[in-house]
Amino acid sequence: MMTVNPCSGDLPGVFGETMPFLCQGAAVTLQSAAGGAALAIVIALVVGLMASSPLRTVRGVARVYMEFFRGTSVLVQLFWLFYAMPILTGYQMDKVFAGVLALGLNLGAYGSEVVRGALQAVPPSQREAAIALNFSPLQRMRYVILPQAFVEMIPPMNNLLIELLKATSLLSVITVADLAYEGRLLVNSGSDQLIVFALMLVIYFVFSYAITLVMRFVERRAARMVGRGKPRRRRATAAVEAAR
Amino acid sequence: MIWDWNWTLEILPQLLTQGLLVTVQATLGGAVLAFVLGLFVALLRRSRRAYISRPVGAIMEFIRSTPLLVQLFVLYYVLPDFGFKMTALTTGIIGLGVHYAAYTSEVYRAGIDGVPKGQWEAAIALNMPRPYTWISIVLPQAVRRALPALGNYVVAIFKESPQLSVITVVDVVGLARGVGSESFRYLEPMTIAGLFFLLIAIPASMLVRRMERRLDT
Repeated sequence: MMTVNPCSGDLPGVFGETMPFLCQGAAVTLQSAAGGAALAIVIALVVGLMASSPLRTVRGVARVYMEFFRGTSVLVQLFWLFYAMPILTGYQMDKVFAGVLALGLNLGAYGSEVVRGALQAVPPSQREAAIALNFSPLQRMRYVILPQAFVEMIPPMNNLLIELLKATSLLSVITVADLAYEGRLLVNSGSDQLIVFALMLVIYFVFSYAITLVMRFVERRAARMVGRGKPRRRRATAAVEAAR
Repeated sequence: MIWDWNWTLEILPQLLTQGLLVTVQATLGGAVLAFVLGLFVALLRRSRRAYISRPVGAIMEFIRSTPLLVQLFVLYYVLPDFGFKMTALTTGIIGLGVHYAAYTSEVYRAGIDGVPKGQWEAAIALNMPRPYTWISIVLPQAVRRALPALGNYVVAIFKESPQLSVITVVDVVGLARGVGSESFRYLEPMTIAGLFFLLIAIPASMLVRRMERRLDT
C-alpha cells in the first residue's frame, strides 16, 4: 500500500505548493492548543475547586477571576497581554507564550465553571456517605467526589477544547505563525485563495473531530471506572452475543 | 512609562461613540441573523427527509468546528470573487450570524425536544393542521425555553465581535488598535477596550441569569 504524506511538497499542483506551509502552521496551532489546554485544565481544576470551597473569601477570589476572564473577549486579553502589559511592566513576553497564556486564562475561566458545576452535580448523599465512613475531606474529594464529577465534566470540556482550538487562530493576529497565519501568507503571496482557505478549514475540522474522538474515549473510560455506562465487553461474550 | 490620563480622556470619547456604535451594530446584527437562521436550521434538521436533515447537520457541525476568523477570511476575501461585494461590517455581521446560527440551532433543537409529547398529541387529537401546530403550539413553548441560552449567545457574540477588526471593521477594538499603532501606545486604548467589554458583558450575563431563574418557574 502506498501512503501519501499530506505535508510533502511533491503533491500535485496547488497542494504541493501550499501543504508544506500549512503543515508548519498546523504544527504551531497544535502546540499552542496543547499548551493552552494544559494551562486551562490546571486552572479549571484549581479555580473550580476554589469556587466550591466552604470558605467565602476563597470562593470570592475564584468568582472574581471567572467573571473577569469570561467578561472580556480572548482577542482583547491577547492584545492586552502582548501590547499593553509590556508598557506597564516593562516585560515583553514572547508572542507564543502570550498567546498560550491568554488562551489558558480565558478558557480556564470557562473550565472552572464546568468543574464547579460538575462538583455540584454529584449527589449530596455521596458526600454524606463519605463522611459517615470517616473519610477525611481530602479523601472524600479524591476517592468519592472527583471521580464522579470527572465523568460529568468531559462533554462540556470537549466543547471547551474545541473552542480553544478555534481560538488559537487569533494568535495569528499577533503574528504567531500558526495555521491561520500561514494560510493568509500563502494567499497574500498569490496562491489560489479558495483552495488555501478550504484546506485550512478542513485541517481545523480534522483537529476538532480528533478532539471529540479522544474525549469520547476518555468519557467512556471514566464512566466505566465509576461503574456507570457499559462495562468493557470481553471478546468472547461479544462473539456469543453475535451468535445468538 | 505610566498611565497617561490626559491622553486617555482625549481618546475616550472617540472609542466610546464611534467604536461602540460599530460594536453594537455588529452584535445586534449578528444576533438577529443567528436567531432567525438558527431557527430555520433547527427546523431543517428535524426534517424527515434525510437528504435535507443530514447535509444541513453536517454543514453546521463543520461551521461549529472551524474558527470564526478563518470563516471571516473566506467571506471577506473569497466572496467578492464571485461577485458578492459587501462592506466589511456587513461581511462581519453575516460571519457572526452564520457561525452562531450553528450554536443557536442546537438551542432551538433542545427547546423543541423539551416540549412535552402531550402537546403534540393534543394538537393531533384536535385535528390541528401541522403548520398551525408548529407555529402556535410548539414553537412558542420551545422559544421560551430557549430564551436564556439565546441570551447567553448574544453575550458571546458581543465578545467575539472584536474579531471583525481583523477584516478591517473599525469597532472598539479595531479603533483601539488603530489609535495604538498611530501613537505606539497600546496601554490606554486596550485597557479602555477591555474595561468596556467587562462593563457590558458582566451585567448582561447577570441579566441573562436572572431571566433563566424567572423562566424556570
